[in-house]
Amino acid sequence: MQAKTVERTLIAIGVAFIALMLILPLVTILVYALRQGWEPFMDAITNDYAIKALNLTLLATAITLIVNTGFGLFAAWTITKFRFRGKQVLTTLIDIPFSISPIIAGLVFIMVFGRIGWAYPFLDAWDIKIVFAVPGIVLATIFVTFPFVSRELIPLMQAQGNEEEEAAALMGARWFHIFRKVTFPHIKWGLMYGVILCTARALGEFGAVSVVSGHLRGKTNTLPLHVEILFNEFRLTAAFSVASILVIIAIVILILRNIVEYKLKQEES
Amino acid sequence: MSAFATLTLPKPWRRKNSVIPGFGLSMGVTLTLLSLIVLIPLASVLLILKNYSLADFWRVITDSQTVATYRVSFTCALIATTVNVVFGVLLAWILTRYRFPGRRIMDGLIELPFALPTAVAGIALTTLYGTHGWIGSLFDKIDIKISYTQIGITLAMIFIGIPFVVRSIQPVLEKLDGQYEEAAAMLGASRIRIFCRIIFPEILPATLAGFGLAFARSIGEYGSVVFIAGNIPYQTQITPLIIMLKLENFDYLAATSIALVMIVFAFVVLFGINILQAKVLRIAGGAT
Repeated sequence: MQAKTVERTLIAIGVAFIALMLILPLVTILVYALRQGWEPFMDAITNDYAIKALNLTLLATAITLIVNTGFGLFAAWTITKFRFRGKQVLTTLIDIPFSISPIIAGLVFIMVFGRIGWAYPFLDAWDIKIVFAVPGIVLATIFVTFPFVSRELIPLMQAQGNEEEEAAALMGARWFHIFRKVTFPHIKWGLMYGVILCTARALGEFGAVSVVSGHLRGKTNTLPLHVEILFNEFRLTAAFSVASILVIIAIVILILRNIVEYKLKQEES
Repeated sequence: MSAFATLTLPKPWRRKNSVIPGFGLSMGVTLTLLSLIVLIPLASVLLILKNYSLADFWRVITDSQTVATYRVSFTCALIATTVNVVFGVLLAWILTRYRFPGRRIMDGLIELPFALPTAVAGIALTTLYGTHGWIGSLFDKIDIKISYTQIGITLAMIFIGIPFVVRSIQPVLEKLDGQYEEAAAMLGASRIRIFCRIIFPEILPATLAGFGLAFARSIGEYGSVVFIAGNIPYQTQITPLIIMLKLENFDYLAATSIALVMIVFAFVVLFGINILQAKVLRIAGGAT
């Protein structure tokens, strides 16, 4: 066989796979969303419950981003700038949420704050609701995306070494100054990349949130849960219309991801 | 300095070995958040199980309907991940070695299953492969049902797993030195031989890593699989779904027990892949 023929065949198989497995589902969502025209689409996405679900999703994502970016920076700083016993164990522990089913991520919070959880008597006494309420949704979202930022930062900071930070420290710089003036400029695109991945996952998290949410419409329903309810009620057009908002966000995230990845590669070379 | 720095940590932690400041604070924040969000909630699962006997635990995790879910999840994930390895290697290969129009877009699209919310992917796949969907209706004519069968579950798992495999292999292929391939080609080796003897051993550790990640994700995945799976006991019930059902029925013993089985299984898979990888790397490194 000619090299060109092999090349063309392989490319054709690859393109067919991508078209069938990835693009077709995407097209399905958009076509079903608009199949009854513009008006039902607008009705579905401006529906009161949809707006409330969108707000809750954005709120949970914002809090998650703050917590996980903070954690990612501190964890990466601890792991890459110092030597201590148990570093490998710490790295493994941070990665746990990665290998756990989202359903289990939700379940663990039921086991802490739910009716049978050890924290329940205390919460009950103070009349605080965590599971089947907004705090539970936020906690579950934080849990599933917990390692996203640190995972991007640790290899990057390891590759860059500590010489510059050490020099700054020897010259008497305080740690926050070292971080801001020395470390941060090197890791900003890596950080951005981690934040983007974290955003994507937080916006779309379904399993974990579904366990702790209780599905109260207008109260504890996130956008993905709203999509599920509409779909299960056989309101396909509405379900796909709301889903298409998430698709558009996903595409924007993908484009951002590619830009940031390009910047990262430029910085490396 | 902050209050964290004055914490009296046991000796090994306090070893002064870096001139860079901020160890106490950053270690303190890291451990506090990690404990509050991951470790304490996870440990609470064991706290719940403490109230039950080992016999109860065993009875629940070996219940016939539950065992059937392990079988469905495991078989579908295994088939899906195997398919993903084949297409993952192919996609990584064409994306790194060939230049063709649309390559960059294709490269970006690989990440789609990461970016697309799982529930959205789930309803899209269910509709697409349902009996009225574009693909489902074609297969319906030859009497093959895809949505609400194990074929559907496998397809959803292929969808969710493909980026893990491609993204594991791609960087290795990018760095691979072309001179060995050229030398082999000069010496008259066929293309298939070059792939099997030179390229494949190089990408094997990365492929195994990708396999492990995709497999673990497929087993645990809920959103994109649950819609297309339907909920037929013994046939299309996946393990995460049965945990969900037990929780909805307030059967906490069963839910936590099955969850524990899944956690242990996930660790075994990742640990096994790590060992396999270390072995392959040792062989590739020259020592046997």
